[in-house]
Amino acid sequence: MGMEFIELRDIRKSYVMGDMTVPVLKGVSLTIASGEMVALMGSSGSGKSTLMNILGCLDRPTSGECWLDGEEVSRLSNDQRAFVRNHKLGFVFQSFNLLPRTSALDNVAMPLSYTDEGLSEREARQRAAEMLSRFGLGDRLHHEPSQLSGGQQQRVAIARALINRPPLLFADEPTGNLDSKTSEEVLRMFEQLNAQEGITIIMVTHDLGVARHAQRTIHVSDGLIVDNAVTAPPTTGPGGGT
Amino acid sequence: MRIHTTARTALRALARNPMRAMLTTLGIVIGIGAVIAMMEIGAGSSAALQKTIASMGANVLVIRPGTASSGGVSFGSGTTTTLTPEDSAAILKECPAVRNGAPIVRARTQLVYGNRNWVPTYIYGTTPSFLDVQDWPALAEGEPFSERDVLNATKVCLLGRTLVRELFADESPVGKEIRLNNVAFRVVGVLGAKGANMMGLDQDDIVLAPWTTIKYRVTGSSLSSSNQSATSGASGDSVNTLSNIYPGSQPSLYPERSAVQAANNPMPVRFANVDQILVAARSAADVQPALAQITALLRERHHMRPGEPDDFNVRDLTEMTKALSSTTTMMTNLLLAVAMISLVVGGVGIMNIMLVSVTERTREIGLRMAVGAKGGDILRQFLVEAVVLCLVGGAMGILLGHGGSQLVRIFMQWPVATSPVAIAAAVLVSASVGMVFGFYPAWKASRLDPIEALRYE
Ligand SMILES: Nc1ncnc2c1ncn2[C@@H]1O[C@H](COP(=O)(O)OP(=O)(O)OP(=O)(O)O)[C@@H](O)[C@H]1O
Ligand SMILES: [Mg+2]
Repeated sequence: MGMEFIELRDIRKSYVMGDMTVPVLKGVSLTIASGEMVALMGSSGSGKSTLMNILGCLDRPTSGECWLDGEEVSRLSNDQRAFVRNHKLGFVFQSFNLLPRTSALDNVAMPLSYTDEGLSEREARQRAAEMLSRFGLGDRLHHEPSQLSGGQQQRVAIARALINRPPLLFADEPTGNLDSKTSEEVLRMFEQLNAQEGITIIMVTHDLGVARHAQRTIHVSDGLIVDNAVTAPPTTGPGGGT
Repeated sequence: MRIHTTARTALRALARNPMRAMLTTLGIVIGIGAVIAMMEIGAGSSAALQKTIASMGANVLVIRPGTASSGGVSFGSGTTTTLTPEDSAAILKECPAVRNGAPIVRARTQLVYGNRNWVPTYIYGTTPSFLDVQDWPALAEGEPFSERDVLNATKVCLLGRTLVRELFADESPVGKEIRLNNVAFRVVGVLGAKGANMMGLDQDDIVLAPWTTIKYRVTGSSLSSSNQSATSGASGDSVNTLSNIYPGSQPSLYPERSAVQAANNPMPVRFANVDQILVAARSAADVQPALAQITALLRERHHMRPGEPDDFNVRDLTEMTKALSSTTTMMTNLLLAVAMISLVVGGVGIMNIMLVSVTERTREIGLRMAVGAKGGDILRQFLVEAVVLCLVGGAMGILLGHGGSQLVRIFMQWPVATSPVAIAAAVLVSASVGMVFGFYPAWKASRLDPIEALRYE
């Protein structure tokens, strides 16, 4: 291939607050191969979310290049970036971010209305129902978020992130609001997706226990990558990223 | 994102907060409702007003013969005898803007019944169409005379209310005999009351009879003699030959005369001119076209060369037509102004709530952007939401307004007219209000930064 799936080159990001600039990322370079499952760790305020947003085409770096699947995404137009987010990326947020008073089914089908595929309403709902069944929510299709448990809500969010079959999944503290048992479930789901479907997963976490599920942990400290160690492959994972 | 998906998304978003959606659109409901109600009531009264003005004669054109002049002395309007009943028939047949027409022969003489007498303001010889042209109210009693009576120069007549009051006191005149210039007429009907005209003349002081009867039996001798010179001057056969519709000059009126009799005792040529022709245009707007068509037709019929002045003149009641149209336009403008104000108020309400909604749903917008919604998608979603809100409000307003005007019709007996144009306009206007006032909030939503929107609390 020659080109990595994801490649960051000297990414810098600073915010302007009044008359002073606050540097958050101070030159981050890293590569992530297709099919990897990576954990981003670091103390609070170190810039993990900022980095993830840049990777996820939600934010633009102040300088540097961000290559995704052979495309320099930081220089794309807003609409092109929306297209990339729709087709190549899935997001799972710490706070689930489901539409209130909207059924699980409609929540999951929502990204399909922004594709160019021209799926009919019925096809879209069918696909959403299949996706929810895969995550064990086949009997909760018409429940609204307020009628679902935290773990169920997060599974709805994962189903929504995967509805367009993206090759890359971002998760910003996906287990931050879940108890340890539910966290385990969600993480096992990630591992499965990674192992069986080769989906590249990048998750931000504070929890070493969570990070242990990843094949590699990237430590961010004060806007710089300090450690890029490959951890031992988990027992359930595919045969090693070494 | 296709439009019906967008519409469904919009409906779903509105259904999440139905109470608020209702209150938001209330301004539009009331605005459109008021407009529809006023349009329907306005259209009803405007139609009634038009009818009233039409009955005053706004659509009527009066055609009179031109001026005779001799050696620089003009004898005034109506002194030539160029108009014929055939002209009247031809106008009816060939001028599409004309609804109906009637020739008129006038007389002024004493009317006698028993031991009473009276000189009516109007003694008109005409055809039954006269009643329609003048938009006369229905007969109070009896029947009008018929075309056949005109053909046969039957001695029948219709009396106006004033005459009935003056001559008959309390009895019914139908079937009675009156005498006009010593000719006995049988009264066949009594006209409905019409009141005074614009000049203050009592229009009920009238006798109507077939024009042939008035012409040949009442005024025949005097008029033809007074106009003898003009008659001989214009004695073209083409003008005198009467068609079958007006066989007034056909010998059947009198016993057939042999050639010897005719030679021995020549009858004066009975020139069948009429004093004026009344014509009703189809509507107030048709008055001007009718005027042009009649002028062209009569010039042709009278064989006038280009440049030669008309030997007739056509008058319309322009003043009244003007009053009519200015009243209608003023009313329409007034309604439009009120409509505009109420819709602007409703639109501002929509904009206000849409702005609140955009702020409130910032996270939703961020989320939609994160899963791939483009700025345009968000813009369209909120715009469609505003338009749907306005259309629903508009539909309810149409129902409300229509219901309101029906109530007014039922309980206050006002004339109302359902106006499809107003309904179509209401739909269009409410959609446009949604577009115009929904655009700014939608544009604001579409310009949100996904990161900031997602982080918004
Ligand atoms: N819009 C912004 N304007 C100014 N400063 C910002 C903005 N967004 C983030 N920052 C700053 O950037 C730094 C990194 O923020 P970021 O959200 O990336 O941290 P994080 O590593 O995700 O922390 P946490 O683990 O608590 O989520 C913080 O110090 C924050 O104050
Ligand atoms: Mg963070």
